[in-house]
Amino acid sequence: MVDGTRQVEDLHLRSLTKSFGDFVAVDDLTLTIPAGSFFALLGASGCGKTTTLRMVAGLEDPTQGSIMIGDRDITALRAFERPVNTVFQSYALFPHLDIYENVAFGLRRRGVKDVRGQVERMLELVELGPMARRKPAQLSGGQQQRVAVARALINQPDVLLLDEPLGALDLKLRRQMQIELKRIQVDVGTTFVHVTHDQEEAMTMADTVAVMNAGRIEQMGHPAEIYETPRTVFVANFLGQSNLIAGRRTGVSGDHTLVEAHGLTLAVPSNRCFSLGTEITVGVRPEKITILDAVDAGRIPEGHNRLEGRVTDVSYTGVSTQYLVDAPWGQELIVFEQNVIVGDRCEVGDPVVLHWSPSHTFGLHPAQGGTAGVDPEAAEGARTAAHLLADGTGV
Amino acid sequence: MVAVVPTSGVSGAPAPVAQRSSRTGYLLLFPGIAWLAVFFAIPFVTLFLTSLQQPVPGKSGRYMFGLQFSNYSDALAEYWPLFLRSFLYAGIATLLALAIAYPLAYFIAFRAGRWRSLMLVLVIAPSFASFLLRTYAWKTILSDEGFITSTLNALHLLPEGRILNTGIAVVAGLTYNFLPFMILPLYAALEKIDPRLIEAAGDLYASPITAFRKVTWPLSLPGVVAGTLLTFIPAMGDYINAALLGSTGNRMIGNAIQINFIQFRDYPTASALSFVLMAGILVLVFTYIRRAGTEDLV
Repeated sequence: MVDGTRQVEDLHLRSLTKSFGDFVAVDDLTLTIPAGSFFALLGASGCGKTTTLRMVAGLEDPTQGSIMIGDRDITALRAFERPVNTVFQSYALFPHLDIYENVAFGLRRRGVKDVRGQVERMLELVELGPMARRKPAQLSGGQQQRVAVARALINQPDVLLLDEPLGALDLKLRRQMQIELKRIQVDVGTTFVHVTHDQEEAMTMADTVAVMNAGRIEQMGHPAEIYETPRTVFVANFLGQSNLIAGRRTGVSGDHTLVEAHGLTLAVPSNRCFSLGTEITVGVRPEKITILDAVDAGRIPEGHNRLEGRVTDVSYTGVSTQYLVDAPWGQELIVFEQNVIVGDRCEVGDPVVLHWSPSHTFGLHPAQGGTAGVDPEAAEGARTAAHLLADGTGV
Repeated sequence: MVAVVPTSGVSGAPAPVAQRSSRTGYLLLFPGIAWLAVFFAIPFVTLFLTSLQQPVPGKSGRYMFGLQFSNYSDALAEYWPLFLRSFLYAGIATLLALAIAYPLAYFIAFRAGRWRSLMLVLVIAPSFASFLLRTYAWKTILSDEGFITSTLNALHLLPEGRILNTGIAVVAGLTYNFLPFMILPLYAALEKIDPRLIEAAGDLYASPITAFRKVTWPLSLPGVVAGTLLTFIPAMGDYINAALLGSTGNRMIGNAIQINFIQFRDYPTASALSFVLMAGILVLVFTYIRRAGTEDLV
């Protein structure tokens, strides 16, 4: 698709701001999206990610700031003048045109020659050749999705924008399309900017994820980096799950900052501690914690963070087992354990010891409050499911 | 009609259930069919028979059963200019109504925001006053001493010096009276268009005008077809506008039918004219729908 001479350039957003009346949807956003990358803007609904995308597409005028591709300022260009194409949420395919004409639409508007050859090649790329003469309504959701991608990509845009592209598909198809989209992106080498609220979607496809909250970017980086080292409470909760324990800085031991929390001393690597004040929220991912029966406490390696508790809930999910453990101060902690050994699980009411390596610990500034970024519905749903499962199987 | 019946249980039981539900269907259809039979099918046949009647010899104004097909050729020979004029007036009125209604419906559908319901009510509101009354009002509005005529005359824009009792007045009346029938289907069709389709067209290098030509207009075609038919058909057969706003030189085919029925009591000619009008409209409508290709639209 990409001819050798074509130069793909970085997309720059500079102090981009959009307000609707008093509401600031996007707040002074400055960002460089490297050419040829698969970039994901991840955030809950209303965080400003779609508004950002629409400003890049030219469908929304920024209140302030500028948008550049390479060193060309495109802020003042109207949508149809920009070298940018969009895959719309729920696709927005033209219902009165067949698949072929949908894909050819952009080429025809620009008066490009050899429409037929290009459309055929593009339909082949998305494996829809035989569907060319069908109407969009006659296609399945996954096929419509691929038409939407083909219709945008055929124009060889400098940047391809994807607005929740997989939101309308069921789980299995979504997984399949994630791989498909990634393959197409690698094939064509265009910059993809992908907006989603689905963290799994963002992590599987993107090489860079930016977590957005209240019109600002909370953290940006490689998916693994953000997941392993969240820098804010919001990111820790929004991307996967986290156990967050409020504490106070007490001192330093070598490379580690020591935090006193509810009478325990927890060690956080100083370079993973992002709170400069005395108040530090200590965090650890559920799968990093090992759960042991209280009697086996002697097996805990020297220097590990540890705390005692009592199991309040066990749910077996096949790959892993999810435990809810009540800490002595009443906080509920989540632990995931891989089901490597059959049998010998802890049971509800068992006194247990949790331990984890300090290197998996992170220290956050508590300003946002402990539940920032938690999806209330998802958390509630997970809990209910866990209880149902526990009741049903009699664990 | 499909009856959902549990497959388990007594095997004989399902049959009566299915039977009854299909009988319910016919029962529900009955009032409509009866209505059509009494008020459409029977009058239709009567009208057709009337159109072929022949005069009773020696008694003028009395007719009896016959198969006088010359009624049709005689009627056509005498009144064909009125058919043409009806077609012309109704056609112009339909085009004018489309030109007025489309921007209005577009505005209500896409731009009116919270005023949308109010504007739709305003479109329908004039219908609360009688058709006849509204046409009489136009007689006053367009009268020779009226504001419009005197203004246009002062500007020397009226070749005949007046509007009332001219073709312009008849076409204006037709346009006005059938305008809501154009606006409403257009609004319904435009309102269904997903605004994201227009955004998508813009995203794919279509300027606003091209986006309208390639996306909005084709998607609104069902509304255009419905609106033009709902305007053209009644306008074609209308006689009130021509009678009240036109002169004898502006008579339409509806006037001829009315005069033959009521004044001349020449029922065969009036019936033959009605039949020709009906057949003509049917042919026009079918060709039109074929050409517009609406079956293909979503």
